[in-house]
Amino acid sequence: MIWGVLQFPGSCDERDALHACELTGGEARLIWHEERSLEGIDAVVVPGGFSYGDYLRAGAIARFSPAMEAVAEFAAAGGPVLGICNGFQVLCEANLLPGALLLNESTRFTCRQVELVADGPESGDIVRFQARRRLSIPVKHGEGRYWAPEEVLDAVEAGGGVAFRYAPGQNPNGSARDIAGVRNEAGNVLGLMPHPEHAVDPMTGSTDGLRVFEAVAGARA
Amino acid sequence: MARARVLIRPKEGILDPQGKAVERALPALGFEGVEHVRVGRMVELEADDPERLPELCEKLLANPLIEDFEIEQL
Repeated sequence: MIWGVLQFPGSCDERDALHACELTGGEARLIWHEERSLEGIDAVVVPGGFSYGDYLRAGAIARFSPAMEAVAEFAAAGGPVLGICNGFQVLCEANLLPGALLLNESTRFTCRQVELVADGPESGDIVRFQARRRLSIPVKHGEGRYWAPEEVLDAVEAGGGVAFRYAPGQNPNGSARDIAGVRNEAGNVLGLMPHPEHAVDPMTGSTDGLRVFEAVAGARA
Repeated sequence: MARARVLIRPKEGILDPQGKAVERALPALGFEGVEHVRVGRMVELEADDPERLPELCEKLLANPLIEDFEIEQL
């Protein structure tokens, strides 16, 4: 299996993402933002960072990059796509996922370990976790407050589109309904604010992040 | 070239923490009685084809899900 990890000017988590992908047993390579082809790639990671300096709005410019055009086609064809932090923001800006990420309620950049609760159906999509399973994964962001109109939130919840919620009392940014990550209707595109690629080594306290990468790898089969 | 100014603001009903922070800072400076502060942004530009400005705003300058915009021709 070959992973493609996008790299924009201003990305900063692509190396950790490559490492996490390789730990699942696959190969991984960087996809520069000017590349227009994802030929030979089995799964895509849109990593964290500050693509194009986050000018205008986080993810607003990255959305129009040649690599993201390729990702949109890849996703439409059912290819698995994982967006982390800035990558989640990019996927929302690109309308590949519902909602938007706003400035944290605290107005502060927040960096800490949080517990996530896997939500939604147990099978048939990108996150094959047992519902209610907990994962310990760090967040580090200034604009991670998930927001969508109430009717959209209702539809996302009803359709099993909530992939992860912050555990009760741990919502770090004021996200609506404690939502930390969502998936699209088809189930092949997943975005989350926490950083699973920073939770893959026992040295840093948790390896729960690997479960997320393994789930994405499994979704390809 | 047509000059235009685009005002972009958070949609009504969406919490604006920046506005809240400004609001909380004002009394310390002696400005009492200021409320409902909302912070948006302004983009000035010159365009060959001002008719395309609304489309440009919807696609890039604003995110219509969370922001309203107004175009002012100068």
